[in-house]
Amino acid sequence: MKGANSVPGTEGTRTGVTCPPGTRYRSRSLDFLQALRGEGFNFFTGVADSLVASLIEELGEEYIPAVREDLAVGLASGAFLAGRRPCVLMQNSGLGYCLNTLTSLNLIYKIPLLMIVGYRGYQGKDAPEHQVMGRHCRALLEQVGIPVLEPAPEQLIGSAAQANLQMERTEGPAAILIRPGLL
Amino acid sequence: MTAREALGVIARQLKEELAICTTGYTCRDMQHLRDRPENFYMIGSMGVAASIGLGVALMKKESTVVVFDGDGSVLMGLGILPMIGSLKPRNLIHLVLDNEVFASTGNQPTYSGTVDLGAVASACGYSVVRRAGSPEQVDSGWREIRSLSGPAFFLVKCRPDSGSPMERVRLEPQAIQNRFREAIS
Repeated sequence: MKGANSVPGTEGTRTGVTCPPGTRYRSRSLDFLQALRGEGFNFFTGVADSLVASLIEELGEEYIPAVREDLAVGLASGAFLAGRRPCVLMQNSGLGYCLNTLTSLNLIYKIPLLMIVGYRGYQGKDAPEHQVMGRHCRALLEQVGIPVLEPAPEQLIGSAAQANLQMERTEGPAAILIRPGLL
Repeated sequence: MTAREALGVIARQLKEELAICTTGYTCRDMQHLRDRPENFYMIGSMGVAASIGLGVALMKKESTVVVFDGDGSVLMGLGILPMIGSLKPRNLIHLVLDNEVFASTGNQPTYSGTVDLGAVASACGYSVVRRAGSPEQVDSGWREIRSLSGPAFFLVKCRPDSGSPMERVRLEPQAIQNRFREAIS
């Protein structure tokens, strides 16, 4: 259904685009979602974050909201055991909640899942509560052996395939950090 | 009735059910009582056994999924109860071996002595809530729950086991995962 909602020449992020009444523009989230589906991802859960909100909106009923990130990772891991290829959406503040599940479940059992993580505190331009995790989230993930991608806008679509390759290599989780304004 | 005795009553009767076993003695006891490929031993990640069970149950609707949880671990991941109660997988049985302590770390108290976890499950929207406090009640409660549509919560009040714990889970984590996935595919 690629392009079902698009108007030629208007593809791109919703940010900064004024939609005439009654017109639906294809968002970058929809393109990204199609790239994820193209890589075989077919189970979506997570905890809401404003930086990934448009992706949650595109997913509609397919998205299963979780109440905390460790439970989302557990739910996604169960879906993997049942044959699915899961994605978990979250804000980087949720990494603390799910770190133990990632280290003592996913990394040692080789249960892959793709984490799509809102990068709050990016470059220090955010509220105080996001500063520390904003500075350290990337190193934190890499320290425990989770590959991290941080795509620029033109790399977003390709990051789905790239993350998939990383997951095939490690047989574990991988993360895509979503900077403000990317989706 | 100790936790292991209660688990034994059900372990003997398992047929095709997929079993997710929580961290600590529950995994070790289940391996001792009835090791089978349909068992997933969650040796770490305390608190998320029911989340894993929910994920399996939602994606394997033709199978019955039983989560063997504990009071300490269910309290740690209590947020999954409203998710199960809302998503209502009919094929999920959430069994809690409630000995009111963290048995695997030396019997430190939890809060299930003062909070009725069955009432919590009921408030969260589980379709069936049953309780048992003896091997006979575990047996009859299990038979009844197996005949009903879930999600079901089975609160089994028991005391901690004494003496030497059972052997640690023998399989490597990845082997547990591979064996379970093959068994259910």
